[in-house]
Amino acid sequence: MSAVTIDQPQTPPSKTFRRRSKFERAISSLGFWRGLAGILVFLVLWEAAAYLKATLDFTIPFFGKLPAPTLVAAAAAEVVVQPGYWWSWVESFKRVLGGFIIAMILGIPFGLALAVNKYFRDVFFPPFEILRPIPPLAWVPASLIFWPTNEMSIIFVTFLGAFFTIVINVLGGARTIDVRYLRAAQSMGANQWHLFSRIILPGTLPSIFTGAAVGMGITWNVVLAAEMVSGGGSQAGGGLGFFIWSSYMGGSMEHIIVGMISIGIAGYLSSALIRWLGERTMPWQRAF
Amino acid sequence: MTIGAVPSSVDHATGKSRIELKNVSRGFGEEWAREEVVQNLSFEIKPGDLTCIVGPSGCGKSTIVNLVAGYDAPESGEILLNGQKITGPGKDRMVVFQETALMPWQTTFDNVAFGPKLRGDGARADIDREAHRLLEKVGLGDFKRKFPSQLSGGMQRRAELARALINKPLLLIMDEPFRGLDAMSRPLMQEFFLRLFEENRRTNLFVTSEIEEAIFLADRLVILSNRPAQVRAIIEIPLPRPREFHMMNSPEVFEIKREALAILHDEAMKSFGGSVGAGARQMDVMEARP
Repeated sequence: MSAVTIDQPQTPPSKTFRRRSKFERAISSLGFWRGLAGILVFLVLWEAAAYLKATLDFTIPFFGKLPAPTLVAAAAAEVVVQPGYWWSWVESFKRVLGGFIIAMILGIPFGLALAVNKYFRDVFFPPFEILRPIPPLAWVPASLIFWPTNEMSIIFVTFLGAFFTIVINVLGGARTIDVRYLRAAQSMGANQWHLFSRIILPGTLPSIFTGAAVGMGITWNVVLAAEMVSGGGSQAGGGLGFFIWSSYMGGSMEHIIVGMISIGIAGYLSSALIRWLGERTMPWQRAF
Repeated sequence: MTIGAVPSSVDHATGKSRIELKNVSRGFGEEWAREEVVQNLSFEIKPGDLTCIVGPSGCGKSTIVNLVAGYDAPESGEILLNGQKITGPGKDRMVVFQETALMPWQTTFDNVAFGPKLRGDGARADIDREAHRLLEKVGLGDFKRKFPSQLSGGMQRRAELARALINKPLLLIMDEPFRGLDAMSRPLMQEFFLRLFEENRRTNLFVTSEIEEAIFLADRLVILSNRPAQVRAIIEIPLPRPREFHMMNSPEVFEIKREALAILHDEAMKSFGGSVGAGARQMDVMEARP
């Protein structure tokens, strides 16, 4: 019998076995560099097209009408130091997250209720299916009328964009849960609440996150359009959609593109957030 | 559904129970499209026996599993467990499902401990200890924290067995449990399962479509007819236990196999013969499609 010595490490520390960080692994992969090369080639072509237009007056279709990326970058450098630009981000994010979170809070229970209760489904599914094909933007005029402020109507339309997608995904996910899981749980003595909380809810999670990811994309579409339509009003100003619209009104192509790229980044950040949450919530999905 | 009653006098540790099916019938569909799946089916499983149900594919084996497990109820007749009528699913009858039905969102350990924890059967520490013991026993000691998707097919089957056994069922129902395993792991799983069964001989209803597997494992074969399922033959397997693979080479096994295959072939031909015309017509329709 020998006493365990705590201060002596079992294996000598070795640099070669250090687990590399996610970032290190990303930049050491060929795929990363190919992606970077793709973006660079795109930018060079774009720059060249603008150069041809300026020097030879030769317009390459579509590309030639755009300001050069260097000009866009210069405009962006000007814009990002102005607090107004960042307020556009805040405004849009507030609307997207507001509508999205309300859609999740109402959509997930509604979808689950449709899935588990036949009577509930019989009553609520038909009206739901009639309202679902209406594009969220078709609701804009009506919602401007029946909500007291523009801000509320934008959030309402944003909510609609995500709500239907989330409900359909939750319903589909819950209805396709393998019946053997439910049967196994029943044999082990599960009651109705157990079946719901231990099988149906975790079994639906992947679909909830799929619905959330798709819904988030729709939300961005809707919020920008809604901002363009109503954002210039006196009550609810700003937002990235209004940023683009006012740049258009002011005739600044550079600012339009800055706004568009900002939306790309904002959308990417939103879906990255959902992916991150999904991985944290469903460890079994990435376990291989 | 009510949970099937468990007679308190029965010893759960050994799980020796008697199952009787008495004139059980179950069909599906409305009157105009009626399909009888099980009709007047009667047989008995003796305490401590491993009974294999073999039958042509589509003969209603899965329906029988659902009826005995209590997921479905017979339209007439009754199923008795130690003399008590089965009225719904219960922990006294555990099912090991086709392929695997481990819950993918739980670790192997949580899957195994699921049943007792759900019911609050005893202290958590005791349940954990029992789950650890069973996982060690089925050789998954190092895989407790893994999710089912990280296990191989054979490991998943063993985890399923542990998940069923922790509930100390009176009857273990195995519905083609080794289907889908590759040719290497299937005999290994059969042998592993046999050792587990022979340890305490928990009454077992084993459904399979592989006649060799059935002879190797079973005390008795119940050979079913074509749909609607009825007992076509009952064959006792006189092989001693513990069973070994070499026993499968004996002349008596050969004779049993020949006999069973003859019956099964006969039944399979009936279903085939009945549907040849329909199948051919179906092909015509498909070919005629533009």
